[in-house]
Amino acid sequence: MEQDVNIKITDRDGNTHEIQAPTDMAMNLMEVVRSYELAPEGTIGICGGMAMCASCQCYVNSNHELPEMQDDEEAMLSEAFYVKDNSRLGCQIQITPDMEGLEVELAPES
Amino acid sequence: MIKTDILIIGAGPTGLFTVFEAGLLKLKCHLIDALPQPGGQCSEIYPKKPIYDIPAYPEILAGDLTDKLMEQCKQFEPGFTLGERADTIEKQDDGSFIVTTNKGTKHQAPVVAIAGGLGSFEPRKPLIDNIGDYEENGVEYIIKDPEFYRDKRVVIAGGGDSALDWSIFLSDVASEVTLIHRRNEFRGHLDSVEKVQELKNQGKIELITPAEVIGLEGEGRIEAVTVKKGEEEFKKSCDHFVPLFGLSPKLGPIANWGLEIEKNAIKVNNSLDYQTNIPGIFAIGDVNTYPGKLKLILCGFHEATLMCQAAYQIINPGKRYVLKYTTVSGVDGFDGTRKEAPKAVVKAIE
Repeated sequence: MEQDVNIKITDRDGNTHEIQAPTDMAMNLMEVVRSYELAPEGTIGICGGMAMCASCQCYVNSNHELPEMQDDEEAMLSEAFYVKDNSRLGCQIQITPDMEGLEVELAPES
Repeated sequence: MIKTDILIIGAGPTGLFTVFEAGLLKLKCHLIDALPQPGGQCSEIYPKKPIYDIPAYPEILAGDLTDKLMEQCKQFEPGFTLGERADTIEKQDDGSFIVTTNKGTKHQAPVVAIAGGLGSFEPRKPLIDNIGDYEENGVEYIIKDPEFYRDKRVVIAGGGDSALDWSIFLSDVASEVTLIHRRNEFRGHLDSVEKVQELKNQGKIELITPAEVIGLEGEGRIEAVTVKKGEEEFKKSCDHFVPLFGLSPKLGPIANWGLEIEKNAIKVNNSLDYQTNIPGIFAIGDVNTYPGKLKLILCGFHEATLMCQAAYQIINPGKRYVLKYTTVSGVDGFDGTRKEAPKAVVKAIE
């Protein structure tokens, strides 16, 4: 599809999946992971995408310029576990055309 | 032993609406929930968030939805076992079930409706290697009785409302309260943040930020925590360490009840009545799965309504019933109240 971007997502078992994510459906990265069932239901996006649970934490491994972290995301990550410098909450990253080639890895479940 | 017609596991929106639908069929309900208050995720995680897809409510706060569901089902006098997790289920010779909680409370009912959402909320435990050694020995993840901390030295970790609220509360109870958080900023109500600031200024709370507890030590029970602040590491003596990093739902013991589980959810017969593979046990709302399942509150309401009709047949075998409309029949509460539409006025025009 014209509006799709290619994204590489490494799941919690270390397997990398190359997937196409639509940019015209107001989807965020957590929802893309769920739509491709790359993490078991009930282990990701528990709060539904309100930056309130950190179950969609991921590590961004490519140099894409992503939307700046808002206060709620930063606060949630400050209480999450397995946090690294490149940690983000997937639910706060809306898929846009400039994310072509994005590479992310899902953080362990906690 | 608590006896009821429908035992509902989970007091979230779906569980609460079940009470109303069951009440219309003159069936009594009792609810068990691991959380100390009804509402499930709506009251625990996002009470102040608006929901936009509840039919006829263009916008309603999750906390208000809970209040309204409680108000709607009040006349059917539901019983509640709150702050306890449903742990075991045993089928009796008469076909009924006995469900026992982690605190030993027993409930008996001919029908069990699991409306457990994503599961029971369990505390998220920080990744400290030996933390398990001190559970029950100075490490608590939930504060149940503040008096337990009277005249003790307490270290609390976390940056949300519960860490702030308990630090404030315990500052009057404990001999020493230390709050440790990874950042200088806290994610809580402004009032709470300001109160902690004030108590810090008064020397009633010691605040260590940005810092983290990375180790625990003590012979048999906790005596100190190791705190890492920047590059510096130091010990802080204490009698209790209370990490408050929020709650995460786990399907938990229900997973061992012999129910068919798929994708962390309970498989049900959706073409009929949301019954599980065990007759008499139903699963409704976010906890179930079937082809085309959507985890929406409004779908939970629908599932609860259909489930109650099947429960009626189990509890009253062979007894005739036909769906009635509340606009026509009104609502007769178990508390003796009656709601009904006013009769139409018939008057001649001269």
